[in-house]
Formats: sequence, C-alpha cells, structure tokens
Amino acid sequence: MKVNEKQNDRFVVSQENWSLHRKGYQDQQRHAEKVKEAIRNNLPDLISEESIIMSNGQDVIKIPIRSLDEYKIRYNHDKSKHVGQGDGDSEVGDTVASDGDQGKAGAGQGKEAGDQPGQDYNEAEVSIAEVENALFKELELPDLEQKEQAEITTEKIEFNDIRKQGLIGNIDKKRTILTAIKRNAIKGTAEIMPIHNDDLRFKTWNDVEKPESKAVVLAMMDTSASMGTFEKYIARSFFFWMTKFLRTKYESVEIEFIAHHTQAKVVSEEDFFSKGESGGTLCSSAYEKALELIDQTYHPTRYNIYPFHFSDGENMSSDNRKCIELVNEIMEVSNMFGYGEVNAHSRFSTLMSTYKKIEHPKFRHYVLKENRDVYYAMKSFFQKNSEGFD
Amino acid sequence: MTEIQGLHRAIDEITEIASGFGLDFYPMRYEICPAHIIYTFGAYGMPTRFTHWSFGKQFHKMKLQYDLGLSKIYELVINSNPCYAFLLDTNSLIQNKLIIAHVLAHCDFFKNNVRFSNTRRDMVESMTATAERIANYEMIHGKEEVEKFLDAVLAIQEHIDPSIIRKQRPENSNEPTEDEPNVRKTAYDDLWVLDNKGDDVKKPAIEKRKKVPLNQEKDILLFILEHSRILEDWQQDILTMMREEMHYFWPQLETKIMNEGWASYWHQRILREMDLTSDEVIAFAKLNADVVQPSKTSINPYYLGLKIFEDIERRYDEPTEEMLKLGIQPKSGREKIFEVREIESDISFIRNYLTKDLVQKEDLYLFQKKGKDYKITTKEHEEVRDQLVSMRVNGGFPYLVVENGDYLQNGELYLMHKYEETELDLPYLENVLPYLHQLWGRIVHLETVVENKQIIYSCDGKKVYRRYV
Repeated sequence: MKVNEKQNDRFVVSQENWSLHRKGYQDQQRHAEKVKEAIRNNLPDLISEESIIMSNGQDVIKIPIRSLDEYKIRYNHDKSKHVGQGDGDSEVGDTVASDGDQGKAGAGQGKEAGDQPGQDYNEAEVSIAEVENALFKELELPDLEQKEQAEITTEKIEFNDIRKQGLIGNIDKKRTILTAIKRNAIKGTAEIMPIHNDDLRFKTWNDVEKPESKAVVLAMMDTSASMGTFEKYIARSFFFWMTKFLRTKYESVEIEFIAHHTQAKVVSEEDFFSKGESGGTLCSSAYEKALELIDQTYHPTRYNIYPFHFSDGENMSSDNRKCIELVNEIMEVSNMFGYGEVNAHSRFSTLMSTYKKIEHPKFRHYVLKENRDVYYAMKSFFQKNSEGFD
Repeated sequence: MTEIQGLHRAIDEITEIASGFGLDFYPMRYEICPAHIIYTFGAYGMPTRFTHWSFGKQFHKMKLQYDLGLSKIYELVINSNPCYAFLLDTNSLIQNKLIIAHVLAHCDFFKNNVRFSNTRRDMVESMTATAERIANYEMIHGKEEVEKFLDAVLAIQEHIDPSIIRKQRPENSNEPTEDEPNVRKTAYDDLWVLDNKGDDVKKPAIEKRKKVPLNQEKDILLFILEHSRILEDWQQDILTMMREEMHYFWPQLETKIMNEGWASYWHQRILREMDLTSDEVIAFAKLNADVVQPSKTSINPYYLGLKIFEDIERRYDEPTEEMLKLGIQPKSGREKIFEVREIESDISFIRNYLTKDLVQKEDLYLFQKKGKDYKITTKEHEEVRDQLVSMRVNGGFPYLVVENGDYLQNGELYLMHKYEETELDLPYLENVLPYLHQLWGRIVHLETVVENKQIIYSCDGKKVYRRYV
C-alpha cells in the first residue's frame, strides 16, 4: 500500500504496510529456542544450582549459559586501554567507572547498540518454569495404575458443543456466517449479509469427568549427625525437584515427609527441608513409619505408593537385616521403592552393600557423588517409558 | 498541509540547501517505517539480510531498549544507489528535518570517500539473493545443518583482507620453492649425474612441499574457502557470499568517526540555513545535544568526528604563519574538509588531525582497569591519539594471519595473532577455535602472546589445548 509517492529525480518518500514483516520476531523466536536448548543441555548443572533450590521456586534467576554467546576473536576488555572524555577538569587518577557500571555508562547511545561486544555477559535470565519444563519433559512417574476409578474424578470444562443460544462472547463467527450464507443462498444470493438472529451460533461447554489416578510419595530422609551439609543439600535438591515434578505433572499426588535418625516422625515440608537433627541412624525406623502411614491413610487399593529414601548409607549394621525385611514388606504394597545414597567419596556403605543384593523389579537405587548427579538420579528413578502414560 | 506534504516540502528544501553546500549524493529513497522494522534493519545491518538467530537476539535486545525508552534509533541509511533511508514513523517533522540533513551527508560520504570506492551499490538486491540461496540450502540440507555452518562463519567473519587495492595472488606465480637446491640446466648435466651414482637422480621426485601460503595471508575466510578439504559446495557458496557481505560492511567499520562526524557537521550547518519556528529551534537543539553528547567511558563518534572537522575548518580558514609558508590559502577550510572526507579513514583522520590543542580542549584521556575501578592513566596527547588509532586498526578486531596451511606437513592450520600490546579475550578465543576446526576439518593452532609469553592454542575438535613456546 503506497500511501503517498511523489516521483522526483532526487528523492521518493513512501510508506509501506510493514505489518507482515516478521523477520526480526522469527529470529528472536529461534534465539529463544536456542536458550531452551541450552537449558536442556545444562540441566545437570542447572538443577543443582543453589539459587534455585533456595529460591522457593518463584524467582527468575540468572544462570550462566555459555552457548548463547556469539563468540569472536576479540580483545581482552579488562587489559585494554580505553579513551574517554571529561568535562574539562579531569585529572590523572580520577575514577571514571567501577566494575559493574561500565556497561551502563557505555550504553545509551542508541545508534551504537551492538557496537561494544565487551559488555555481553554470559548469563541468561531463566525462570524456574523454563527449567521445570525442560526437566519434566524427560521424566515420568513409573507404573501408575488406575485404582478405584469411580471415586477419583476431576471435573474439566470442554468447549465441544454448538447451540443457538448462548453468551454473546462465545459466539462462533465461522458457523454463524456459514449459516447466514446458506440461508441467504436459499433465497437466491449466497451472501453473508444480512445475518438474522436465527443464524447466530454459540460455542457451549460441557462438564467432562475423567477418572484420574492417585498417588502418594513417601519422602524419607536421614537427618542424623552423619549427614553433613553436602549430603543434606543433595537430598534436599532431589526432593525439591521431585516435589515440584510430582505436583506439576499429576493433579492428585500427595506427599508425606518422614525425617528419621534413630526414630522417625512425619514432618511438614518446610521442617523436612530446613530442620537438622542429630544422633545415630536406624533406617528401619523410617520404614516402620512408612508402613504405619500406608496402613492408616494410604491404602494400596486406592493409592499408588512411591516410597523414596535418602541416606548417606551409614546405618547401624545390626539394623540392616531388619531394613531388608521392611523394604520387602513395603514393596509388596507399593509400586516401587527408591533408595538414593549420597556418597561423595565412595566410602564403603553398609546399607548399600546390603541393598545391592536385592533383585526386585520395584527396587531402584542410585549413588549420588556430586551436585550434577541429582539430575541423573531423577532420570534414573523417573525413567520415561517409551509409550508414556496418559 | 498534511504531514506528508510538510515532509515533502522539508526534504525539497533540505536537498536544495545540501546541494548548494556542495554535498554530492545518490538519488534518495525515504521509507517511513514502524519501530520494529527500523530495529530489524538495525539488527541485521540490512533490510534483506539472511536469517540467523544472532540477529534475532540483537533485534530483541535493541527493541527491548526502545520499548523501555532507553534508546531510540531515528533513522537508518543504506550505502546503495539509490540510497535507502528509513525514518521512524513516530518522528516529528523537526526530527525528520535533522535526520534528512544527516542522512544526505552520510550518502555524500558513501559516494565520495575512497574507502567505499569498491563497495557494491547493489548490495540490497545482492543480499536478497544471498538470503534466498541460504534459505534454499536450509530446505535441502536442513535448518540445523545450515545454522551450524553460519554459526562458525559468523565467528570469524571479520577476518578478511579489506585493502582497497587487492594484491596479486602469490599462489598463482611459478616461483621456485624456497629450499630447492639449484639444479643445473646445461647440456652436460648428465655428466654430473654419473658422479652421483644414481641416488640423487630420483631427487626431483621427492619435491619439497611448497609452503602454503607463501606469504602470511590476512584473508582467513578466503584461505579456508580455497584450501579447506572438507567444505561442501553449498558451504563454499555461503562462505563466498558472507565474505562479500563483510567486504561491503567493512568501510563502515573503518570510517565510523569520520562518517558520523561528517553527518553531524552537516545537519547542523543545513538546519542553520532553514527557517525554523522557535519551538523547532528548541527541539532541534535538544535532539542535536543528545546526538553529540560526549561520554566519560567511551568515545562518541558523532561528537569527536564533528569536533575534528570543525577544528580542521577553523585552522585552514585562519592558517598560522607556518601553514601559510606551506602554501595553505586563508579561507580554505571548507575546501579542506571536503578533501579530508574523500581521502581519509578513521585511522589517518585521527593521526593527522587530532591535534594536541584539540585533545586538551576536549579533555580526552586514557583510562584502564585498576583493581575494581577504571581510572584515568594519562592525558598525554600523543598517547591518547595513538591509542585511538590502535583501537581503530583493522576495524577494532585483532589482526590475525594464516601462517601455515600445512603445519607439520599434516594439513593443520596455523594462525598467528599479530600481537601489539593488547591481549586477546582468552575464554572467547577458546570458544572460537572449535568453529575454526569445524571449517578447516583438521587441527587448528593459534599463536598469540599472554603476559609477555608466546603461547599456542590448539584445537583438535574435541578439546582446546595450550602450551608455551
């Protein structure tokens, strides 16, 4: 659309309609995809990022993502001399900028944007939701069975019907126009106008009831004195993501937190992640507590049960035999049993050497040595079946 | 009078005044566009350039700054014939007046400055063709594959040889290779052969390999294009086109200070000739002040360029005794700056015309990082001038050459950084080497200097190694 064009040998002024020109936005989109890809590739490092685990899951965080830089062979900015300009009274030794505000001082000249590659930080802003999306895509709660369908339903609304009456906001334009054209065609001319009241069509919803499976996770963690800061952090990170994963992926998942040393008790989520205890370790106490919970609240006929236990493996040797018995007992009523051991130095672990002997399809264990392993533990416990579950 | 008529009238008048001053420009095509279009063109450097995520990233960054009111691009001008200028559709008439005067001077510069003498004036069309061909390769070889290749080329795209006069290609000459023994060529040669008992007779068969390149090659893109053994036809095609685009952009890198200074000089002079209302005068003064605002931590090319041009004009209008002896005519300032805009680039412009008086008057200084702070290190005019010059050498990019394309006689690529007291950004270097390896297909080495020690970085495609020489 040329609004105005004056032919002239020296100049032409024109104004086109640019609304279909989307190139910048398209490549911006591609860049956004690259950010997502970088998140995916950096997941092992990202999900053990302290700023996330300690962020309450709300904030947008800055995460170093290197692959998004446009690398060039360039000069080292910090080791170069630069030229500046004062008001007339500058003197040798004056401070012109401090680390951090260099970027601000240099920017601002609109036409020079992109001229100074030195200020490009290697950090991308990433929201936790983005990390979650990338991570949870790879995970699934295994072997979920449908139990007591009738009782467990959720209500959803689906727009799947058309009626002649309805709210004007829900008008179905396409169908209304089609009806009008048809009716007008019968009278002779297939036109849209006029549209009569009778032609109006509205989208309408129905309530849909879908049976959904229900699950409970029994999160057990060793809080004894032998669990150091690192061990607790790893366990915390794991449970942090597991909690998030379960709460986002499935609508009705309940989680019980069991903290134990020589005794076990059911605690709140907050206490579970923040409170430390002391004393020795009797893992069997946690298993007993889990069985008690299953018995009282989460009956296996109604719930899929997923017990997870994190420990450093330093259990009282005399307790190990009892543990095996209890684990077997738990596995009879639950879908799987996960045991994660935080063991950075590959110590000999009494519990793991006992558990290694368990050969049961429901039993999964993983040794976490460093932060990155949280990711691999998540993947190992929540392996995605090829078909997926819907 | 409608807005567009007002604009027409203003352009007519400005074009008239500019021609009267002796500015010599191509026919102009003014396009009035919305912000997202201006910013797209700004990010891509050209309206018709090919598609790549890095332009999208740039576009997003620039557009965001605009949306937040942090920066504004008022115009964009393309070096082409006819010359395209894009005006932001929210510009007021007085803003457009300044911009049009500014743009005409840019166009005069493109047309007359010697650095631009080899640039193709049909680059808008040429880049359209390039974009189409790259899009076509994406269809054939897949988006990912093409993008991967573009990533690699973009990382080294500045390393071309931008000389105006392209040198003779030494590879084509038939010089003897360096260490070849002198072979006698007489009718009696066979007599000598008898003495050598046969084992030397075979010697010409194990001919010593020619060093490639014979002389250091500045044009890394070209060298890879001609000597890489792994590039496919489509990759060579893209490389050729991108090298061509870089040749087009290069003069703009080389003349940033001059070009912006020239345009700022003329928009001021031209608007002074116009009948402006008092509101317009204030709006103009404000916008002009924004454009030529000096900065404590960088050089504003608009301001510095303007000041140097004004200084040249003043000095040549009122030459000193010394200058008079050299035959410089009084009142020859205007003539002189036209000459300067024709024959200089930023480097020679600063070296020849940034005088001691000007450095002092404009309070220019050098600063450097000391601990956490950036502190002024000197105000000595020669040091300031020389630093400004060295920052502009090779468009501000480190100077690299191909030293050997058959290093260790194993087809490895050996690059050399011509170190001149500024170190490379090492993390960045380590990330560029894999790209070079990707293009070369064999081990790539780069020699540079870190903390006064020679160091060689090598990349075998998996890891980057470094060792001191």
